[in-house]
Amino acid sequence: MDVGIVSYGAYIPRFRIKPEEIGRIWGVDGKSMGKGLMINQKSVPGCDEDVVTIATEAARNMMARVPDVDPKDIGAVYVGSESHPYAVKPTASIVAEAIEATPDMTAVDMEFACKAGTAGMQACMGLVGAGMAKYGVAIGADTSQGAPGDALEYSASAGGAAYLIGSKNVIAKINKTLSFTTDTPDFWRREGQPYPLHGGRFTGEPAYFKHITSAAKKLLAEVGSKPQDYKYAVFHQPNGKFPTRVAGMLGFTPEQIETGLLTPNIGNTYSGSVPLGLAAVLDKAQAGDRIFVTSYGSGAGSDAFDITVTDAITGYKRENAPTVDKIIANPVYLDYGLYAKHKGKIIMSE
Amino acid sequence: MSSVAREWREIPGRYNLEGSKCGCCGKVYFPKRDFCPKCRRDSIGKVEKHKIDRNGEIFSFSVVHESPACNDFLKPYAVVFVKTKDDVLIAGQLVDADLDKIEIGMPVRAVLRKLDADGASGVIHYGFKFVPDV
Amino acid sequence: MRDVAIIGVGVTKFGELWDKSFRSLGLEAGIKAIEDAKLSGEEIDGVFIGNLSAGRFIDQQHIDALIADYSGMASHHIPATRVEAGGASGGVAFRQAVMAVASGLHNTVLVGGAEKMTDLDDASINHIMDSTADAEWEAGMGLTLASLYAIIARRLIHEGTATREEIASVAVNSHFHGELNPGAQFRKAVPIETVLRSGPVASPLGMFDCAPITDGAAAVVLCPLDEAKKYTDKYVKVSATAQASDTLALFQRPDITTFGATAAAAQKAYSLAGITAKDINVAEVHDDFSVAGILALQDLGLYKKGEAGKAFLNGDTRVGSGKVAVNTSGGLKARGYPIGAAGVAQIVEIAEQLRGTADKRQVKDAKYGLAQSVGGTGSAVTVSILEAV
Repeated sequence: MDVGIVSYGAYIPRFRIKPEEIGRIWGVDGKSMGKGLMINQKSVPGCDEDVVTIATEAARNMMARVPDVDPKDIGAVYVGSESHPYAVKPTASIVAEAIEATPDMTAVDMEFACKAGTAGMQACMGLVGAGMAKYGVAIGADTSQGAPGDALEYSASAGGAAYLIGSKNVIAKINKTLSFTTDTPDFWRREGQPYPLHGGRFTGEPAYFKHITSAAKKLLAEVGSKPQDYKYAVFHQPNGKFPTRVAGMLGFTPEQIETGLLTPNIGNTYSGSVPLGLAAVLDKAQAGDRIFVTSYGSGAGSDAFDITVTDAITGYKRENAPTVDKIIANPVYLDYGLYAKHKGKIIMSE
Repeated sequence: MSSVAREWREIPGRYNLEGSKCGCCGKVYFPKRDFCPKCRRDSIGKVEKHKIDRNGEIFSFSVVHESPACNDFLKPYAVVFVKTKDDVLIAGQLVDADLDKIEIGMPVRAVLRKLDADGASGVIHYGFKFVPDV
Repeated sequence: MRDVAIIGVGVTKFGELWDKSFRSLGLEAGIKAIEDAKLSGEEIDGVFIGNLSAGRFIDQQHIDALIADYSGMASHHIPATRVEAGGASGGVAFRQAVMAVASGLHNTVLVGGAEKMTDLDDASINHIMDSTADAEWEAGMGLTLASLYAIIARRLIHEGTATREEIASVAVNSHFHGELNPGAQFRKAVPIETVLRSGPVASPLGMFDCAPITDGAAAVVLCPLDEAKKYTDKYVKVSATAQASDTLALFQRPDITTFGATAAAAQKAYSLAGITAKDINVAEVHDDFSVAGILALQDLGLYKKGEAGKAFLNGDTRVGSGKVAVNTSGGLKARGYPIGAAGVAQIVEIAEQLRGTADKRQVKDAKYGLAQSVGGTGSAVTVSILEAV
């Protein structure tokens, strides 16, 4: 049985802030900070947007492209995020209700820092492959937190993408997936705390780079492929710099990662990061294109995927929902005051 | 804290614009009704669930500057009457729009947003709002 | 059915009455009306009171009992009934009382309206007002009552029925009369620029397009017309009182630029009184938002569609213009809007006009007067016609 992507949909809030505007508040040269991180601007949620609304809009865009799929055939909805609006009460059940997949299905929220979205894709593959579900929905979405003034504030953004995983009319077959996981505390947020903490430079070599390269090399070896076999590659993109460097380390070219590298324009959407990058690739991909994907979640682990776009992409109704390019177009720029309002950082009276 | 159940039972309308259609005269209602005011007794048992089109155009609008406390974090915000593509008039907020450029006739579509929440620890209420359909 | 007369009227000062409680306001208006009717009080055999939301404004439900008790009616076990119909609470209470006397079930009835609003903060007050619209599908979606009227105003402007200036001039008219009314909350005439430049509330409406938050009470005493002379020479006849309903939510109407309930109640009232709109000399209309004044004059048939705004702008609605004088009390906008009291206070004003006791704002030789009271966005409307005798 060929298991893979039957449909996908993306959503990114309309608002943006530039690093120089953030730097203005903290006495930092934001422009060069942005340059160093390769982030020109980041997305900011509307005052009334959160992971539920972002995941729902992405999932609705996903469903719009497969009008023949009955949402009642969805057997599972998994929402991966590290900014679920509730500590207890699933995002996934709200999203499932909003796409009318309820009630004969399972739903759960996932969290693994930035890779909970791809973890959901693997879980859905398992359900579909085992015949336990006709379709599974995996969503990665975040309204990421970064402490005011912290380096993360320049990158932590908002967005998400949804994937319908199934075995019929697969537009992108997932040939193989595997993971690499260790206990590496490079970034965390304790229960009840508003902002995550991180290990600074410790998030680099022993964390991001070690896990991505380990998973990616293992996948290449097991599949017996080489970087040149892929038209596109998508790596987790906490900034623009890391994925560019890891691509080079693995032997991928800048051209291969360009299409799926969204961070320079929207920042780090955390759990939405790789799912959105893959969505941008699928917006352009043609039948036969091969895609290499590796996510990364702090704490720490990587999920790697080997994907081949199928002939079904030609009959697929991509035009029924906006492409990532279209969603990103026409942004509204915020100053730091409005940004603080949008992020709920202003204390209102009860 | 307001009633959890009161909001919960409106979820089909709030999330997915589920209204009603009279099995006798075919008239569409939003929000849902169990009884068609036109057909009255004849409609009993014949009113069906019916989803309203998410797309439409602005019929009239206002920008709210003085809001209920629960919406203070949104203000100023726009509210609209929207004539949907299936010719039903519904009320809601318009978000992600330039407040100076809202016009009667502007195409809009319904999306899911946070309506309000019962304070910092209570339930969050989600429902439809409109965005410019560009 | 018997004809009914108003034999006494009473109204408190309207405004922010920090030292007055709900019970003291209700009592003051009632006593004034009973004294005006030259009754001892023993004659009253029924009490009706219009009130929007004492339960939320002052945490007191069961105000029928409260009023009966504090007005001394409870010691005689006189029945008291509280009536709520959004902004039309006072208008509907009046109609209930008229029906009680007309039917013969009651003989001498006190009908009051009272609201104590300022004990609550502004946001909570507005929240209560918003819930007179559809709480689930209008207020619950973020639409305030002001924004619903603003949506009507925007349509009127868009369709060419009224201009922004004409809408603003409804408030100018009310303030012009408010200056002449010693009991009004705002006793100051304002130029149209003040209305147009007032701070935004719900565009295109600003602060001066909206009636204020007010404490106050009003009361009238009713008895059968043929017994009125027994008590007083200063009585007026209740020629008609009619009421009509419409959808709770404004967006469910086929046309939002007209209040069908006003038109229906007006037609019924004219027919009951055996007159037409042309016979009306003075009218109190429910201008909780300026734009409602335009709708009222059109839906009451006093002006054709597109003409009401011009009448306000030209000053034809003012006392002394020779045309039907509108909101000589100052209306809800300048006299004040203690919600449950408003509909009864309108009746007080019309009665004063018809018996010639309206002082500086007296309309000469007024024969017929009309009062229109509106709940929500026209979901409940009463139209009452009084006649000088």
